[in-house]
Amino acid sequence: MALSEQEVLAGLAEIVVEETGIDAGDVQLEKSFTDDLDIDSLSMMTIVTLAEEKFDVRIPDEEVKNLVTVGDAVSYITTAQA
Amino acid sequence: MAVVVTGLGCTTPLGGDVPSTWQAALEGRSGVRTLDNDWAELYGLPVNFAGQIAVQPGEVLSRPEIKRMDPSAQYAIIAAREAWRDAGSPEVDPERLGAVVSSGIGGVWTLLTAWDTVKDRGAARVLPLTVPMLMPNSPAAYVELEMGAKAGAHAPVSACASGAEAIGMAFEMIESGRADVVVAGGTEAAIHPLPLSAFAAMQALSKRNDSPATASRPYDTTRDGFVLGEGAGILVLESEEHAKARGARIHARLVGLGLSSDAHHIAAPDPGGAGQTRAMKLALERAGLAPADVAHVNAHATSTPAGDMVEARGIRGIMGAHADQVLLSATKSMTGHLLGGAGAVESVFTIKALQDRVAPPTINVDSPDPELEVDLVRNTPRAMAASGDLAAINNSFGFGGHNVALVFITA
Repeated sequence: MALSEQEVLAGLAEIVVEETGIDAGDVQLEKSFTDDLDIDSLSMMTIVTLAEEKFDVRIPDEEVKNLVTVGDAVSYITTAQA
Repeated sequence: MAVVVTGLGCTTPLGGDVPSTWQAALEGRSGVRTLDNDWAELYGLPVNFAGQIAVQPGEVLSRPEIKRMDPSAQYAIIAAREAWRDAGSPEVDPERLGAVVSSGIGGVWTLLTAWDTVKDRGAARVLPLTVPMLMPNSPAAYVELEMGAKAGAHAPVSACASGAEAIGMAFEMIESGRADVVVAGGTEAAIHPLPLSAFAAMQALSKRNDSPATASRPYDTTRDGFVLGEGAGILVLESEEHAKARGARIHARLVGLGLSSDAHHIAAPDPGGAGQTRAMKLALERAGLAPADVAHVNAHATSTPAGDMVEARGIRGIMGAHADQVLLSATKSMTGHLLGGAGAVESVFTIKALQDRVAPPTINVDSPDPELEVDLVRNTPRAMAASGDLAAINNSFGFGGHNVALVFITA
């Protein structure tokens, strides 16, 4: 049973909060991981690794650079698990 | 450049900070207890107890800090923050501020947990922060980042002498003029089934499973090995000039450092103790002190049949008849052996002993080794001279024949 975008966002926010200490409310679709949330590349790779496991999807390394905003990641995961 | 101690921090099996740890030590409490898990049963560990940390890092650090740091770095950061606050959170030119924080074993929890991940769930599940968490310089690097220290960050590794060697290196950084302030100490978080199995395989650990609190018994005739402990100790060391210019409170002065190596055996101490003795002599010479000036020794004494008396005979050898007046304390009887954290936590004890002019007790010594010819402080603390300068030695020795002696004097 695939998760909705809202459910993926909530699950992704949990990972981001746990890894970075950012307020859950700041993890919004239009926010950029690097520019708005100040997440460095190692933390981004950590979030990707944890998201792959949580949502049972594969996010290839070359795809990660395209995940600029939280919304990009949510769309990718939602599509990938479908 | 004279070196003074202006900040102290620790987290140990006795308490989450210096006041609680020191109070517990003066009361002669044991921080050693049965493991909070079923490893003994699960893995057939012959030892089911350790000196586990009194305050879990999760109670004082944020979730992201816990996730980014190996427990060895978590303990170091907790102790470093306390030491820095204790020093008055000084304003220091970043290029004159250093960090020297050692671990004897490194990020063993991170390493072995990541290996479990590879085996159980595949390489793709290994987290990207694994290397920065497991590298043995990780605690030094996190302290460097936290403090913004740019004069140099180092992590000298010498097994159970690591924490003392870190303090020694910091001493030389200040003495040589390379830094004004250095945050220095040691940490260890190795209470994991593998190190426990491996130390047990060497016959190095006490197997007193039915009575953990009495298992660490340095100098007792029935001692049967050391007790693994965990935690960290951190000092803020400062040039006297820098400390005085900012009106800092001075806890004690670090005046001597003696380093030597045995070139004898990969794990056993040289039974003649020549290397250990030389470290103590060199430290006193560098301090410009005579053996008769020493009031107190915080011994390395881990409670192993082979090790304890080598050091004690060395102290007697240097001090001669004065050894009858030297108050000898083996605080590992209460904390267990913190490996890379030991020399640093025991430096905190040594400094507190000078400050309060009281030597902490050695517990569990029901029948002292008949060959012991130094005045061992047993069960209750003993007062030192109420006035005048006091000097104390803190010894640390590590597998590989690493010997480090530090000499502190009252402020």
